[in-house]
Amino acid sequence: MRAGGTLPRWAELGLVPLLDVLCAFLAAALVVLAIGVSPLAVLRAILAGALGDAGALGYTLYYATNFVFTGLAVALAFHAGLFNIGGEGQAILGGLGTGLVALALDRVLPGWLLLPVAIAAAALFGAGWAAIPAWLQARRGSHIVITTIMFNFIAAALLVYLLVNVLIAPGSMSPETRAFQPAASLPLAHDGLRALGFAAAPSPLNASGLVALAAAAAVWFTLWHTRFGYRLRVMGLNPGAALYAGIPIGRMTVGVLCLSGALAGMVGINEILGVQHRLILNFSAGYGFGGIAVALMGRNHPAGIVLASLLFGILNQGGAEISFDIPAVSREMVTVIQGLVILFSGALAGFSRPLARGLLAFAGAALSRRAGAPASREG
Amino acid sequence: MPVTIGGFVRAILVVGAVSGPAAAAEAADIKPAVVFDLGTKYDKSFNEGVFNGTERFRKEFNVPVAEFEPANETQFEQAHRRFAQRGQDPILAVGFNQASVVDRIAKDFPDTRFSLIDGVSKLPNVQSVLFREQEGSFLVGMLAAMASKTGKVGFVGGMDIPLIRRFACGYGQGVRYADAKAELIQNMTGTTPSAWNDPGRGAELARGQFDRGVDVVFAAAGATGLGVLQAAKDAGKLSIGVDSNQNHLHPGSVLTSMVKRVDVAAFDSFKEARDGTWKGGVSVLGLKDGAIDWALDDNNKALITADMKSRVDAAKADIISGKIKVVDYMEGNSCPP
Amino acid sequence: MSPGQTAQAAIELRGVSKSFGPVKAVRDVSLAIPDGAVAGIVGENGAGKSTLMNLVYGLVSPDAGEMLVRGREAVLSGPGDAIRLGIGMVHQHFMLVDTFTVAENVALGAEGSALLRPSLAAARRALGRIADEHGLRVDPDAIVGDLPVGEQQRVEILKVLYRGARILILDEPTAVLTPGETDALFRVLRGLSAGGVTVVLVTHKLREIMAATDGVFVMRGGRLVASRPTRETSPGELATLMIGDHGRSVLLPDATSRRRPAVQPEGFPGDAGVHRPHAEAAAASGPRSTQHAVSLDLRAGEIVGVAGVAGNGQGELLEVLAGMRPLAGGRIGLGGREVTPAAPCDPAAMRALGVAHVPEHRHRHGIVEEFTAAETAILGYEADPGLGRRRLDGRAAERSCAGLMARFDVRPPDPRHLSGRFSGGNQQKLVIGREISARPRILLVGQPTRGVDIGAIAAIHREIRALRDEGCAILLVSAELDEIAALADRVLVMLRGRIAGEVPADADPETLGLLMSGAGRERDAA
Repeated sequence: MRAGGTLPRWAELGLVPLLDVLCAFLAAALVVLAIGVSPLAVLRAILAGALGDAGALGYTLYYATNFVFTGLAVALAFHAGLFNIGGEGQAILGGLGTGLVALALDRVLPGWLLLPVAIAAAALFGAGWAAIPAWLQARRGSHIVITTIMFNFIAAALLVYLLVNVLIAPGSMSPETRAFQPAASLPLAHDGLRALGFAAAPSPLNASGLVALAAAAAVWFTLWHTRFGYRLRVMGLNPGAALYAGIPIGRMTVGVLCLSGALAGMVGINEILGVQHRLILNFSAGYGFGGIAVALMGRNHPAGIVLASLLFGILNQGGAEISFDIPAVSREMVTVIQGLVILFSGALAGFSRPLARGLLAFAGAALSRRAGAPASREG
Repeated sequence: MPVTIGGFVRAILVVGAVSGPAAAAEAADIKPAVVFDLGTKYDKSFNEGVFNGTERFRKEFNVPVAEFEPANETQFEQAHRRFAQRGQDPILAVGFNQASVVDRIAKDFPDTRFSLIDGVSKLPNVQSVLFREQEGSFLVGMLAAMASKTGKVGFVGGMDIPLIRRFACGYGQGVRYADAKAELIQNMTGTTPSAWNDPGRGAELARGQFDRGVDVVFAAAGATGLGVLQAAKDAGKLSIGVDSNQNHLHPGSVLTSMVKRVDVAAFDSFKEARDGTWKGGVSVLGLKDGAIDWALDDNNKALITADMKSRVDAAKADIISGKIKVVDYMEGNSCPP
Repeated sequence: MSPGQTAQAAIELRGVSKSFGPVKAVRDVSLAIPDGAVAGIVGENGAGKSTLMNLVYGLVSPDAGEMLVRGREAVLSGPGDAIRLGIGMVHQHFMLVDTFTVAENVALGAEGSALLRPSLAAARRALGRIADEHGLRVDPDAIVGDLPVGEQQRVEILKVLYRGARILILDEPTAVLTPGETDALFRVLRGLSAGGVTVVLVTHKLREIMAATDGVFVMRGGRLVASRPTRETSPGELATLMIGDHGRSVLLPDATSRRRPAVQPEGFPGDAGVHRPHAEAAAASGPRSTQHAVSLDLRAGEIVGVAGVAGNGQGELLEVLAGMRPLAGGRIGLGGREVTPAAPCDPAAMRALGVAHVPEHRHRHGIVEEFTAAETAILGYEADPGLGRRRLDGRAAERSCAGLMARFDVRPPDPRHLSGRFSGGNQQKLVIGREISARPRILLVGQPTRGVDIGAIAAIHREIRALRDEGCAILLVSAELDEIAALADRVLVMLRGRIAGEVPADADPETLGLLMSGAGRERDAA
């Protein structure tokens, strides 16, 4: 499949993505230069804004948490050959589910009992929302790319309807519910650190970050160490072989998309239980779509998705911070920079493979010259 | 205690005990900041109105204004916290979406002054500015009904949320006040934040209404309204702008604009802080205060007949005097049929 | 095809050869096709017909030899050159835009000007002229997608003629046609020939050769083995020529392995296997699928070969028996279990009943190229408790794969090697090894040695025989008659979705060829 020679695995998984991102930054630097701003200053602003202090890091990780959830959702479905574009709607439903549980039970149950129930509700609602397009595809042949996109709009409309007409806090100007009781709040990272004796600037990072890491590990285990994951991958890589092996494709489609939807629904716990502590509009904020780019960049591997999510977290947080430091860089410019990174490491993934090969050959030649041996072609 | 600034009378209704930061007699050095609403700064409407106010302040007093255009809801909190940490003061929050965030951040930074447009917070260091949009909507509703030849008028809102229902409700009351038989067709643009920034969809909805016989359409949908106005121009119909005076966008096609002087509110908030007269509390501004009005200028005077003008001016006086009671949708979360 | 004929030959080939890697697809072929004739080229799958035609059409270039078009030497660097020389090809799969009209399709790619209208008008005029000349009438304004398949093919021919072709190559043109459409096509070809167009018909259907051609060339193993005027030959002779002489085959049946197993394994009393003569298999939908009832029985310890020209329902039969296609009617008896349309059985359940399946299409069904060998080696058997009680134990899979690789000599013997990177023969050994290791009661095998080198063929045949000797019932579908002759205890011949007849394994190739071509029994059946 690959043009030219093959690269060592470490280079394929580490060096090539790194060079892709570097190429993206170089292209972005040209754009930044064109509006008369120093690219180095912008880079410094992004990095300082995203990683400069505990508060900034907290924001970065909080954004990354959402991307891990939606990236995993996309990747899991993708391994089964299914393209789940409905992360956005599933995230909305996840938030709705967790919010309804919190509203109903936050005065009844203690936190240690309420939170697991609310998290399960997020998963259940996300899964349920994905199950309908999945069932339609399995039974009726309606393509999930179309149906999941449509379900995003239905979810958004449902949330607006419920918030405006049913769940709105009495007397409120804005369409949002009452604030939850403290029992329904996921522990915040800076509170946890303070309890351990470390002072940390407040940030929205909360316990759902740990849930995201656990989810990544669980997805990895499911894909490569369970029969379900094996069948899922057969389905994705060779549907004919799945038919041959007797894998029930319809049932698997529904099952995989439910899991995928449950993962996307977890965005709801980060946003609603972790940060907003009330149900608001638009908390999904495009993370469902961002997850597609994250999965693409992370090569659909949970570890890659965690790393790609970090990069997206940095871009999101650092990108927001640029406008505080360098007003000339507008929000649209930040979007352009983020877009370039996605372009180079997503759509043009492997773009820098020849470069990596050249680098390796060069390094190999330099090393062998130093060793006094003729240059090796293997590198 | 009304304070007069440039002919704009502002009545501050003090809610609860108010004790803003100590007022300085001399003009203080301030570091104002503004966090815009979703959509874009240059929407020729709501955000741009605020921007015009802050720009005027910047030019008049040569004080830099820090700005932030959030890409999504979650960035509201980040922006306010970041501005507060950097010592920006006062911080202007634009749009009802930011109410709960301002509530939270203002608690963490009790020494920072916040001004909130279209939302309410009862904290002492927050100044909340609300508008009686229903009053202005009532007037432009009357104009729409009087200008309509088909007896059908349209409304294009951004999202189906209470604030927009307040516009629609006031508009509908005005329409029926002028012509009891007039028919009103309403559409909302969408359910996601892009609903405020989707001129294409706005134009599509407007064209749909024209096809059903509508010949005057009122857009209350941020930048989406630009598409509505354009579609009306292209179809030879009339439109009504919102928030800023949009008459000049398509002279001869924009019947009038429902002006909501967010620019003045933004300017005043900063100026009061500079002058040391800034006070927390909730103010509700309407026709009486000149903060809400309908726009009449060279661009649309050919469209407004003397009869229309006199009827609207009479209604305006009646609303101010209380003779006409315009129902506020948000008071009972309902609208008279 | 003496040199003296060169003057009037439309196409002449002299000593043309072409190899793909180690495979010699065409070896030293010399032939000449007279101008205005309808010439047939027959041969089994893989005999080199398609490669030869691709050489003539410029799709591949020869390693040796030369080609003359109307007496002039021609070196083709691509189909463009061929078209300029008046050679046109009608492919088996139509290359038409369904939503365009006939005229638009004909003009497509030959517009001749930047504006569409003039070229469409030109196409319309030319269509009228060609129609008058050859009797090829098609409505130029009809939407191609609305036309029946036969007329779509006529559009393909028109397209080629519109580009000025005087030599027309048709590759398996009747594969998609109904008998009526086939007859109509032959009338068109006759008309073209009368109008001076040279027609080359590539097929493996002997009936069509007899019906439509003036002369026929027979290919086998990349060589041109015979050429005959059609009037002077018979289907039987052609079949014999196509199949060749078993005596020369390296795949001699092993006399000692022919015997029935002395010991009946437990649970296989007497004639077990697929019991009773009822696997009335009928495939599902699709224009080319078989809709005919098939009855056969399969006993423990025997290999039943299924011979037939590709596409006569053998593949569908295997898939129905494996549970991959729904049963349209009838029933399959498997020991105690009955499979009927009302009580279907999916492939996993079939495996649980002891039915193993080596699929005809290795890449489409048998392996997952991106998987490691160990992962491919558990495909369909991943539920085996030996691979871990709850989680799927990758190490256990690798251990068992290593064992399988040693036993079936899969190279490289590395369970982590990616399945797609093995050679075809080693992939096949992996698949056959997987199915045989499951110790099945019934083995369904499709094309066990397709694309496999000679050494691996011998090993695969040895394993299949060994399994038979252990008492397994084996159904073997193969396009290689040599292979069927070498392995099978008895042979069923399939034709158009039916069992056309049963012959003993040592039947002579002519009988077999007649049955396969339908020349023998067709009239009785109809």
